[in-house]
Amino acid sequence: MAEQDWKSDKKAFWVVSAPPLAWTLLFFIVPMSFVWLYSFGSNIGLTDIEISGTLDNYKRATDWLYLEIFLKSFGVAALVTAICLVVGFPVAMALTFVSEKWRPWLLLGIMLPFWTNLLIRTYALMIMLGTQGYANRTLGWFWESASWAKTLVGLQPLPTWEPVQLLYNNFAVVIGLVYVHLPFMVLPLYSALDRLDKSLIEASLDLGAGHLRTLLKVVVPLAMPGVIAGVMITLIPALGAYLTPDLMGGTESQMIANVIERQFKRANDWPFGAALSFLLIYAMFILIALQSLRKKNAGETR
Amino acid sequence: MALFARTPRAPLEYTRTLWMRAWVGAVMVFLYAPLLVLMIFSFNDSKRNVVWRGFTTKYYEKALNNDTLVEALLNSLTIAALATLASLVIGSMAAIMLWRFRFPWKGAVDGTISLPIIVPEICLGVAMLIFFAWIEWPNNLIWPLNLGAITIAHITFCFPFVTMVVRSRLASFNKEEEEAAKDLGASDWQAFKDVLLPHMRPSLVAGALLAFTLSLDDFVITFFTSGPDTITFPVKVYSMVRFSVTPEVNAASTILIVLTVVLTAVALRLQGKNIAVSH
Repeated sequence: MAEQDWKSDKKAFWVVSAPPLAWTLLFFIVPMSFVWLYSFGSNIGLTDIEISGTLDNYKRATDWLYLEIFLKSFGVAALVTAICLVVGFPVAMALTFVSEKWRPWLLLGIMLPFWTNLLIRTYALMIMLGTQGYANRTLGWFWESASWAKTLVGLQPLPTWEPVQLLYNNFAVVIGLVYVHLPFMVLPLYSALDRLDKSLIEASLDLGAGHLRTLLKVVVPLAMPGVIAGVMITLIPALGAYLTPDLMGGTESQMIANVIERQFKRANDWPFGAALSFLLIYAMFILIALQSLRKKNAGETR
Repeated sequence: MALFARTPRAPLEYTRTLWMRAWVGAVMVFLYAPLLVLMIFSFNDSKRNVVWRGFTTKYYEKALNNDTLVEALLNSLTIAALATLASLVIGSMAAIMLWRFRFPWKGAVDGTISLPIIVPEICLGVAMLIFFAWIEWPNNLIWPLNLGAITIAHITFCFPFVTMVVRSRLASFNKEEEEAAKDLGASDWQAFKDVLLPHMRPSLVAGALLAFTLSLDDFVITFFTSGPDTITFPVKVYSMVRFSVTPEVNAASTILIVLTVVLTAVALRLQGKNIAVSH
């Protein structure tokens, strides 16, 4: 049924609209406008900021130093998204094709870590990846076994195992981000695959295509809306991630959010931090615009 | 789920192929091994985290006797409860507004309301910092008023999620039911309370669960919004992880994980019952 015109029941309209509209205006639009205005300001003295309409902050943000961090953050986020897609796709397929009895449990299994505190999950992963952690011990065990196998066939044993540095570097940041963002990717993929007409897969198999070919030529193209949704929903938070690079990264693994935080907390350069924040927001908008443009094109070709 | 199935495998039973099981199993190990190790080693009688030295519960005692940790947890739960309540009300109102009415600038309003979902946490945190500094929000109020700024920030990013969930549930509502109620003499309020609200209930449970978890989980926005004396659980754990890794963190984390699992189980139970009743 069609929507009701707001004029036909003004009282009911204002009763339900006034609180959310007022809240959004007061506690979202106004704060965001402050950030926007500050990004055109400059520091005078220690605590005062003059909004002078200067573009200096943006000019400074295009320094190679900051541009590099921006590009790097984007690269890390893209890599994390790609890994999540590759790892998550089979999981989403398993969710789609599993029997009715097991599906809720598998779904719960994917969702439960998502409901666990992000900080706790990051910390748990840090325990695993530490030099004394289980990841290193498992690797060490494999190393010892390989060494033993070599002596068994009469070769020189491998040199003794040295724990590898798995924490406080870019590798740790990527693993950490994959760890916390995987459910974001699996759920949209699952909802797209679930809607897919399974007889199409059967038809493809009947007509002689192998499983891999069916997957690449039938399942993936049909699941494309889910893939795009998953990519967006993973890429955007990964790009703005603060906690994982802060706790798990080394000095060279700073991402854009860490730089923003530093401007506000330590460097006390709020106008510059505000400019960087808005550049990050603009980057999000561009991503979303690209996605909706793609959607439009896909709609027209059909 | 016997690993070696007796019946032949149908073409679409992908979950019965070995590689698929191995893949899902590996992902599950990846997701759960860190959490399990953390939980097991919270009972470890050793300062260092990784070598098992015997069973103890002393770190639970220490964590529960750590006043700032308990206070932080209480603060977090209070904020989450308040934010959930307010988000549920505001979020449902927004959902009803967008579902029922046609009004000018609707697209823009719709987009703006869902914007906090998309805007990076760090940007929202920064915005809240500037906002509360600008209006000179006092940060020496008595408990629980000192949590006001954090709660406001949490409502701002939680309620759009409630709106999203409730709105998708409203889409399946048959408006004729409401008209029938009104024909039979129900007032606007009665029609809402007795017809629309029962239909919304599963989405309200889901929305509340989502808002509560998001609020309890949030670190970045709270980090920017909290005054010098208000500390929440994630902020406290952050400083403990950052500056002094002690097994207390394991114990406190385990308590919170168990709490999350119990709450989730209760909520799922409730929701299951709701669905059963409404059918």
